[in-house]
Amino acid sequence: MTAALEVTVTRHIGEFDLDVAFAVESGISVLFGPSGAGKSLTLALIAGLARPDTGTIAINGDVVTDCAHRLHVSTQERRIGMVFQDGLLLPHRSVLDNVALAVRQASGRRARRAIARSWLERVGAEGFADRRPGSLSGGQRQRVALARALAGDPSLVLLDEPLSALDSPVRRELRALIREVIISSGVPALLVTHDAEEAEELGDVVISFADGRVTGQRIVERPVRPEPPQGPPGSTESA
Amino acid sequence: MKRRRDIAQTLAGRHKAAVLVVTVLVGVGLGFGVAHLMAGSIAYWGVVSGPFLITLRVAIPATLIAGITGVASGYVLAKGRFPGRNVLETLGSLPIILPPTVIGFYLLEVLSPGTRVGGFLTRVVGHVFVYNVYGCIIAATVAAFPFCMRAARTAIEGVDPLVEQAARTIGLPNWRVALLVTLPLARRGIAAGLTIGCARALGEYGATLMVGGDIDGKTRTMSLAILDSFTTPERNTMLLILVLMAITAMTGVGLLGRSRA
Repeated sequence: MTAALEVTVTRHIGEFDLDVAFAVESGISVLFGPSGAGKSLTLALIAGLARPDTGTIAINGDVVTDCAHRLHVSTQERRIGMVFQDGLLLPHRSVLDNVALAVRQASGRRARRAIARSWLERVGAEGFADRRPGSLSGGQRQRVALARALAGDPSLVLLDEPLSALDSPVRRELRALIREVIISSGVPALLVTHDAEEAEELGDVVISFADGRVTGQRIVERPVRPEPPQGPPGSTESA
Repeated sequence: MKRRRDIAQTLAGRHKAAVLVVTVLVGVGLGFGVAHLMAGSIAYWGVVSGPFLITLRVAIPATLIAGITGVASGYVLAKGRFPGRNVLETLGSLPIILPPTVIGFYLLEVLSPGTRVGGFLTRVVGHVFVYNVYGCIIAATVAAFPFCMRAARTAIEGVDPLVEQAARTIGLPNWRVALLVTLPLARRGIAAGLTIGCARALGEYGATLMVGGDIDGKTRTMSLAILDSFTTPERNTMLLILVLMAITAMTGVGLLGRSRA
């Protein structure tokens, strides 16, 4: 079976050396470690936002970076979705536009907006589709960012500390939402966090990072429980 | 309340172009109205309307051309990583520093059919660009260009590169990132550059005089006509119209750049 993601890269920046190798299967994998361990840099290399010095990266078996052969597939062609720490939504476009712009699998404007609306419903953000990101709370913005990341039918979703800027109650609520939406979508995901509780709660696999190296990898044991009822998650946040 | 405000903002945005047109029309109408009241009659209309219309024929295309080329150049300078960027910016900025007569001299060297370069250009294009309105447009464009270019470069460099990166992760090609993300987010700075460029095009005098001449009914813009009619009463009317045109243009372009985010 082909791994969803295979990474073997090195990157030297100033005094810091990144040298990591790992593979990710379906479900949510977590890169866990302290700040400065190289987690976010690794995510940027996978997204194609930065280039490694040596190594290869393959997404679903397709090699997107191969330094030996000077291969570097552009970020746009990697078919990834990404959630950033601050959302990074387009501030001058509506929430619906932000998500609709990410839809790759439909060509017509109406079709793209319909898909975008369905994703906003799935993350409980349909109520502010016509608003601009600047008028949303941090939690609402991250819901929209999650919808945007998944709306383009990606092969892989990358989440770079998506909850670290949020208050505890919102963070707890969004943890459940992120896990539920990503698992139900069937898209493999790689999440970066320095929060041990978050890594346990969200991850199926936790890959530990320290000083630019992978120091361990373990599967998170989860109690078997009945499937939760299907349906769009509701929002209890206020604007 | 927020939803209502957002809808109002969206509607306001969709009608920006209409607001701009109305502003310009009201401004020009106001200018003529006030000028008429001041002058006490419309006897000056024949004297004033010619230079006024020529000024519009020169300033509008000059601002558009300088705006498009200036923003494109500013984008390349802000985003490009190639040697000689600063040299290019310096060359593009020369019209700010050089006396208008020097600009006019070089433009004549390039455009006049009597020179080597100008003769070649005239043969290739099949059109003469001096002592007609095209010469005036070129002179005004050259004068306005550096303001548009420099403002665009600064504004584009000020756009958060992380937002552009986020747009790339959703599959937008680079040209769409430029059109849908970078330029809209830089619009306030770009609008400021266009405003100054437009004002510069409206008031261009030295290079226009050298390249376009001062031909009544053909290349005599308001700036040239004011000097020609310095001892006549029309001067006041034209001065007022020019001032009001400048204020209207600045208000209109400023409205375009107002943030809605």
